[in-house]
Amino acid sequence: MDEQNNVEMLEERVSPSLKKIVKEKEPLVTHQTDLLPKINVQNLNVYYHTTQALKQIEIQIKPQRVTALIGPSGCGKSTFLRTLNRMNDTISGARAEGTVMIDGVNIFAPNINVVALRRLVGMVFQKSNPFPKSIFDNVAYGLRVHGIKDSNNLQERVEESLIKSALWEEVKDRLHESAMALSGGQQQRLCIARALAVNPEIVLMDEPASALDPISTAKIEELIHVLKRDYTIVIVTHNMQQAARVSDWTAYFYMGSLVEYGETKKIFTAPDKKETEDYITGRFG
Amino acid sequence: MPTKQSLTQKNIRLSERAIEKILLLAGISSVVLIGLIFIFLFKEAVFFFQTASPFDLIGKWVYDEWASKNIFNMMWQAVSKIPKYSLVPLICGSFLVAFPATLISAVIGIGCAIYLSEIASNKTRETLKPTLELLAGIPSVVLGFFMLAVVATVVQNLLGTKFRLNAFVGSLGTALCVLPIIITISEDALRAVPKELRDASYALGATKWQTIFGTVLPAAISGISAAVILGFGRALGETMIVVMATGNAALITLNIFSSVRTMTANIAAELGAVAQGSEHYYALFVVGSVLFAFTFILNIFSEIILSGMRRKLRM
Ligand SMILES: Nc1ncnc2c1ncn2[C@@H]1O[C@H](COP(=O)(O)OP(=O)(O)O)[C@@H](O)[C@H]1O
Ligand SMILES: [Mg+2]
Repeated sequence: MDEQNNVEMLEERVSPSLKKIVKEKEPLVTHQTDLLPKINVQNLNVYYHTTQALKQIEIQIKPQRVTALIGPSGCGKSTFLRTLNRMNDTISGARAEGTVMIDGVNIFAPNINVVALRRLVGMVFQKSNPFPKSIFDNVAYGLRVHGIKDSNNLQERVEESLIKSALWEEVKDRLHESAMALSGGQQQRLCIARALAVNPEIVLMDEPASALDPISTAKIEELIHVLKRDYTIVIVTHNMQQAARVSDWTAYFYMGSLVEYGETKKIFTAPDKKETEDYITGRFG
Repeated sequence: MPTKQSLTQKNIRLSERAIEKILLLAGISSVVLIGLIFIFLFKEAVFFFQTASPFDLIGKWVYDEWASKNIFNMMWQAVSKIPKYSLVPLICGSFLVAFPATLISAVIGIGCAIYLSEIASNKTRETLKPTLELLAGIPSVVLGFFMLAVVATVVQNLLGTKFRLNAFVGSLGTALCVLPIIITISEDALRAVPKELRDASYALGATKWQTIFGTVLPAAISGISAAVILGFGRALGETMIVVMATGNAALITLNIFSSVRTMTANIAAELGAVAQGSEHYYALFVVGSVLFAFTFILNIFSEIILSGMRRKLRM
């Protein structure tokens, strides 16, 4: 209801960063921005060849909040996440229908520059996947890809990203050693640093701590807590406690559908749907 | 009392163990075989030094009638009043063929491997791969014949070379032999790069080419280097094509358009016509041993590099 009114009240605006993801100077299909969700998904259907992995998803993801996606495995959480930065494009046979608006721009529009979109929407994977390069080169990779060559600038932004991802103190003396020598938890924070280096506004995380020990997991959760001040975070997790701890909003997926979406407090204390309650209390899955 | 079932299971386990043992034996026997070849080659080579000095393998002071003084002669001239066994022109010839051949096939082969593993659709790959295997299956005598009869003339007409048969023509033919090796091993190396690394690159906004050159190639570089080194070893060992296409003149030269004689061509051309047990006979075994040593070292190098790559990509 509220949002309906906002739509009418707001003039059409586009955030400056979004301008970059549109290739040409075509009129932008824009809607309201500030008060509205960072990501607005409407009628989203995703298919792998002929099998449908996501059905009629509608969800509004709030800016500067952590949104957790939960649900039994195979329900489409990763697929949904990969839709948001169009990583599904790299999977042959994957196809999406509907609209995903980021800051009011439909990322499926034909004039969208996927490269710029992915700069804006960073991603951290389940299995930490540092490049077999030095720590420095890992973080600098995205910067170099986007044309930054000046070594002072690179140095600065690598340091900044490593500080943000709470890894700096541990690696500052060995920036030029191989990233493969880091521990699993450090590697995952390096991957976060790498994603942050290109200044995204949204960070997608697909079970970022599922392969980590409790201490490393705690560090990542702490980090997420700090990062949400600056970023919109969407995190997939299998761990209910983790979802409850780190997220502000929670979406429960089941078999490709979004069953329930609401504030984490509410989802975990008084969900509207019986299925949600069953899943959260562990009576299911 | 063992039941019928447990008896048959026992039999299966027994036959499995037997198969394991047989395979182990096969593995050991190939190692033994290589060892035997090694010993045989070196044993025969050693006899050369009963009558000649190791220094002869580089050159010999020979009295020159025109200059009327001793001149240091670096030639392979085994059938002569004063036989000369310098390996310098042969090694020179071998490298003058193998080096350009490896270079040519590395450039084309790595390009092909990138295309096959990163760009080609599955369907294109499925037609291209068997074609390449066909290339690998062409007998080298056929390739040599083709080089001698067709390519040599084309090259001479195009470049106006003095010798119709020369190192360049030989290396073109050898490149055709080396190409499938480089393509196959490089493609394996590229495909061994985990998808997660490509995903990481794409997720940072890299384009396909940035991903290939920034992530995939660097991650596969050791495997590709190993492919090139192995290819070089193969080029050094190539015989039939070079016998037919290089002109076989044992000259010391760095001119790629000059006729040359490689170590392999030298052995192939002379071993059949020499008296067993003669100095010349043993000299050819020295040539063989040197060749063997070169390729053996190259193979070990590529093996070290490959295992290094496996360690680097442990994920
Ligand atoms: N690359 C793919 N190709 C075909 N089907 C896929 C692919 N990835 C996922 N799927 C299918 O889509 C559905 C959702 O998968 P996924 O998004 O990975 O679920 P989750 O992350 O919730 O475990 C599953 O049925 C899965 O089998
Ligand atoms: Mg998943």
